[in-house]
Amino acid sequence: MNRGWRAWGPPVLLILPSLILIGVFVYGLIGVNFNTSLTDQHHRIGGDVAYVGFDNYKTLFQDDTFIYSLKNLLKYTGAFLAGTLVLGFVWAWLLEKGVKGEGFFRAVYLFPMAVSFIASGVVWRWLLNNAEGDRAGGLNRLFEQSGLGFLQNQWWTDPNWGVVAIAMPAVWQLSGYVMALFLAGFRGIPDELREAARVDGATEWQLYRHVIFPQLSPVALSAIVIVGHMSLKVFDLIMAIAGQTNYTTQVPAIQMWVEFTRGDYARSAAIGTILLVIVAFLIIPYLVYTYRQERLTR
Amino acid sequence: MNRTRRALSAMVAAGALVVLAACGGSDDGDKKDTSSDGGTVSGEVEVFTWWAEGSEKAGLDALVAEFNKQYPDVKFVNGAVAGGAGSDAKNVLASRLQTNDPPGTFQAHAGAEVTDYINNGQIEDLTQMYADNGWNDYFPQTLLDRLTMDGKIYSVPSNIHRANVVWANPAVLEDAGVDPKATYASLDDWISDLQKIKAAGKIPLSIATDWTQVHLFETVLLADLGADGYTGLWDGTTDWAGSEVTAALEDYKTLLDLTNEDRQSLDWPDATQLVIDGDAAFNVMGDWAVAAFEEQGKKLDTDYLAYPVPGTDGVFDFLADSFTMPVGAPDPAATEAWLSTVASPEGQTAFNMKKGSIPANTEADTSGFGPYQQTAIESYANDEIVSSLAHGAAAPISWLTDITSAVAKFGSTGDLGGFQDDLAAAAEKNAG
Repeated sequence: MNRGWRAWGPPVLLILPSLILIGVFVYGLIGVNFNTSLTDQHHRIGGDVAYVGFDNYKTLFQDDTFIYSLKNLLKYTGAFLAGTLVLGFVWAWLLEKGVKGEGFFRAVYLFPMAVSFIASGVVWRWLLNNAEGDRAGGLNRLFEQSGLGFLQNQWWTDPNWGVVAIAMPAVWQLSGYVMALFLAGFRGIPDELREAARVDGATEWQLYRHVIFPQLSPVALSAIVIVGHMSLKVFDLIMAIAGQTNYTTQVPAIQMWVEFTRGDYARSAAIGTILLVIVAFLIIPYLVYTYRQERLTR
Repeated sequence: MNRTRRALSAMVAAGALVVLAACGGSDDGDKKDTSSDGGTVSGEVEVFTWWAEGSEKAGLDALVAEFNKQYPDVKFVNGAVAGGAGSDAKNVLASRLQTNDPPGTFQAHAGAEVTDYINNGQIEDLTQMYADNGWNDYFPQTLLDRLTMDGKIYSVPSNIHRANVVWANPAVLEDAGVDPKATYASLDDWISDLQKIKAAGKIPLSIATDWTQVHLFETVLLADLGADGYTGLWDGTTDWAGSEVTAALEDYKTLLDLTNEDRQSLDWPDATQLVIDGDAAFNVMGDWAVAAFEEQGKKLDTDYLAYPVPGTDGVFDFLADSFTMPVGAPDPAATEAWLSTVASPEGQTAFNMKKGSIPANTEADTSGFGPYQQTAIESYANDEIVSSLAHGAAAPISWLTDITSAVAKFGSTGDLGGFQDDLAAAAEKNAG
């Protein structure tokens, strides 16, 4: 008994404070948020608040604008993931091939990540100005002057694909990070494996297909989860580029903020819960996967 | 461990803040004096605003100087919260009111924006204070009507802005073959001239991001429905789904088609600048825009024109800031002292001269005000006054949020029927 306490007591005591803090301020407040989302507290101060079950969720899913914002989120995430994975992989592959001044290029590609989304958003707001012709600014102006006028477009004000334009700055900022992940993955593949494959007569493509890619897949999965959950929570970039009222760039996080500032706490909490569930769809399988991997290697 | 220590120090810091706030809030509760005679009131009043910089800060400073003159024994405590054009301040205020820690007085847009506070029982009825101090004579009756909710008044207006103003560049008009001296009785007359300007290759009507579109939209509603019809939108006597509104929406669509295509990328100063620079002929914006013209040395009637939006002549679409008496204010006598300076002719002159708006108090001395303000002062005294939607006077914040998102949606989809459905749904949701 006494010995048992000695064995597990100190570690538990050591993590107890953070356990309590996280329990209260993360999981406790998630619970409070979920509780609020089941009430009819549509004003700043409720007075009598009644439980209405899942009514808030029902009205949300009957709301065209909310459905539109979910679709936007899907498009944005698709563009963001595809862009960062492709660019990040290509850059890592080029650096892996042994260019001169690798350190320089690594820094150049990684550096945009250090810029805050708000700061880059202010610049991209100007770059993605949707005026065309004489009054064009930013990228449209560049196209106009370089004889590529037909490339001018509405950018983020396009009702169907506008939100994909917002993914451009996000891709620009996060591709370097994905490159770093892939580069670490490449470096983690022992040279012996490649040599063995070459000795067995594998072509370059076969070498990648059967040796390198399988070794890189855990890295790709991490990259998808990290970039994906950032993408699902996108807020600051859209606030800086398009503002909270712009229709074509509505996503759930923006709507949550709008509902919160107008004092509709119940609806805001419901959107927050939906966002959490969406992110959980991405994170939980990943956690299960890594947990299993760890058990296998143990 | 490190995490715990950091959390602990954060908690200590937060605790210290709470203690500080408590000290600031509960001072000299026993020195209350209900007399409104300036010499005998003492204590302190925390004035909660979002006037933290620029002309708004200058106006507040001038008002405080006047307050110190009228009530030398009352200490002014500046509770300004900067950022987000007031939205940060409103979030802070909401949590303070929720925890029963109200400031001495707080700023709110006059009119419907204060209904949320009234419904929550957070601000006091000032009807008796108006009667006791003779403030009812200070303000035009039509303004008092707009401020009155169920027979009671809850706030004291400090300044007035006019929303239904169109700003024009006469040089652009002449180049396009439009008579700059023309006056327009209706939107239709105006639209036909706007078409001419479009044909001449200039932007007929400049506009910016969503809230400026709501601003234009409200002036179109006002022009087509008239003052009574427009006011009826907010009390339920005008039907949002009706054919008059449909006609107004069609006019709005026509006007929106005559604006610059990059509207979503701009804010109001950019849109006004298009008129100043001669890229656009007209811009509809509140009369705070006059500062942009004056700062760049432009003269009224030679370099720029300003008149009521076509179809709204004789109507003054107002918005105003005002001050309230929160329930449970730490020192009601000091708050009353502040409100009385805000209402006084001297306070209004000092504040508005710096802020660039016009006094709500018609007895205030306005001889030193600029040429545009003089026209606004005259209209304010004589015109019918209606409440601005885009600036919180006509409808509660929640309703305005719904209308803004409907306008933003229409701006990108162009679906007129859906627009009216959204507006009717918003009215049904919020009016009840």
